[in-house]
Amino acid sequence: MNPLAILLARWRDREGTGEARLLPEGELSGPMPWVIAIMIALTVVAAASGLALRNAAHAASADLEGGVTVQIVSAAPRQRNAQADAALKALAGAPGVASAQRVAQDDLNTLVEPWLGTRPGDDVEALPIPALIDVRLSGSATPDRIAALRARVVPVAPAARVDAQAAWLTPVFRAIDTLQWLAGGLIALLAFATVAAVLLASRNALGNHRETIEIVHMLGGTDQQIARVFQRTMAIDAAAGGIAGLLAGSTILLVLARQFAGLGSGMVGQAGLGWLDWLTIVAIPVAGVLLAVVTARLTVLAALRRML
Amino acid sequence: MSQPDAEIVQFDNVGLRYGTGKEVLSDVSFTLYPGCFYFLTGASGAGKTSLLKLLYLSQRPSRGLIRMFGTDAITLPRERLPALRRRIGVVFQDFRLVSHMSAFDNVALPLRVGGVSEKEVTRPVADMLEWVGLGDRMHARPATLSGGEQQRVAIARAVIARPDMLVADEPTGNVDPEMALKLMRLFESLNRLGTTVVVATHDLHLIQKVPDSLIMRLDKGRLSDPTGALRYPPRRSAPIEAPASL
Repeated sequence: MNPLAILLARWRDREGTGEARLLPEGELSGPMPWVIAIMIALTVVAAASGLALRNAAHAASADLEGGVTVQIVSAAPRQRNAQADAALKALAGAPGVASAQRVAQDDLNTLVEPWLGTRPGDDVEALPIPALIDVRLSGSATPDRIAALRARVVPVAPAARVDAQAAWLTPVFRAIDTLQWLAGGLIALLAFATVAAVLLASRNALGNHRETIEIVHMLGGTDQQIARVFQRTMAIDAAAGGIAGLLAGSTILLVLARQFAGLGSGMVGQAGLGWLDWLTIVAIPVAGVLLAVVTARLTVLAALRRML
Repeated sequence: MSQPDAEIVQFDNVGLRYGTGKEVLSDVSFTLYPGCFYFLTGASGAGKTSLLKLLYLSQRPSRGLIRMFGTDAITLPRERLPALRRRIGVVFQDFRLVSHMSAFDNVALPLRVGGVSEKEVTRPVADMLEWVGLGDRMHARPATLSGGEQQRVAIARAVIARPDMLVADEPTGNVDPEMALKLMRLFESLNRLGTTVVVATHDLHLIQKVPDSLIMRLDKGRLSDPTGALRYPPRRSAPIEAPASL
């Protein structure tokens, strides 16, 4: 007998009331604690992933909400600089603009460094990198406000392109949205699989103890009494499996968090979990226990109704 | 001969068939009164066990009417069956002891099912097992008991909750004559305390041991009435010594 089974058997013995002794509880659910532990661990990972992605998307969205990028796309450095200065002046007086700042050439070089390289001999200056102006609006960068900015900047800087920063990340947000739905779908599938496993285990246990159940019925035992024995056993098994699953899932999350922290990417860095998220994760085993207990009860009652 | 208080079981034109087979019980009509001791006799295959199954509500009839303790048992909703069953003690022909339970737990089962607290279970169950001669085998599992011992556990389980009606299918088939007589005395004790007893047997010697008993005879699924049990009001005898647990 494995340690988890021994622990559960002791627990059941302590809880063994007269009603609980109607059926041999230790033999009812078999490997259910392990099945539930696996389901809960996977659900914890899926839920945490979904929550982290949501947090990352929210943080990025908040950062970019009032952000506008003005690019001066000109191959001639002098003309580019002149138009950038003119655009800056035009933006400075524009209504709704909280700040407008030209991105320094060193920052631009750092930005393109991973793609163009900075090894000795690389000539970054030879490439016509656009001048960039980072604009912060006092509100959201709505299409109307972008159009108004464009109307103000383009006359003085014809090479200017004005875009909302959020627009650049729209495909990323869509991908995150899809991944969140995927996480939700996985959780739903895991819940379904848990229900199916509990249903099969309950039916199997009912089949194994059919004769005892018939005797209990003949002696005046009610369906509720028999169902209570099953649901109590399932609650204990599911609670043990839930705790084991939560620990396993949390360990996986910590390992993943370390791996992603090593990436040092801005968006990944914002994909943390808040206390409310952890509370949600801790609630997963509780929900698992409830789901298992309700499923066991309904399965047993439905099966007993078919007996006289 | 006293008048009956009220009938506790009434069968009216009851028929029973399993599946699409022929009827194993046909046009069975009788009334059982409280405090009476009935023997149900008949050859093997006459339908005794089927009739007992109807009596302890393990089977619904194919046709006819059954009233138990003043309640229509045919139309009774399923959830109300347990309350009726708790008023009936059953000794099954094959004992039907719960294999994972000790003799003690098997006998305690009707009390636990009835919601009796553990504190109130221990003493009567121990006394009852002592009385049927199994005081030293309380913690033995059925598989380790002999046929006779299992039968005594089954009988102890049937009577422990003092049922209104005791139904026993060949209850002395596996015990020695001395124990059979002792068990019959137990049934008589219960009977004189007000329990209606129905014993299915083909042991005529056993029937003679209970002189006040009434006999119902089944022949190929049809009931006959050699002692007038089904036609005349029943008799009640003076109480005799009952086991302490009763």
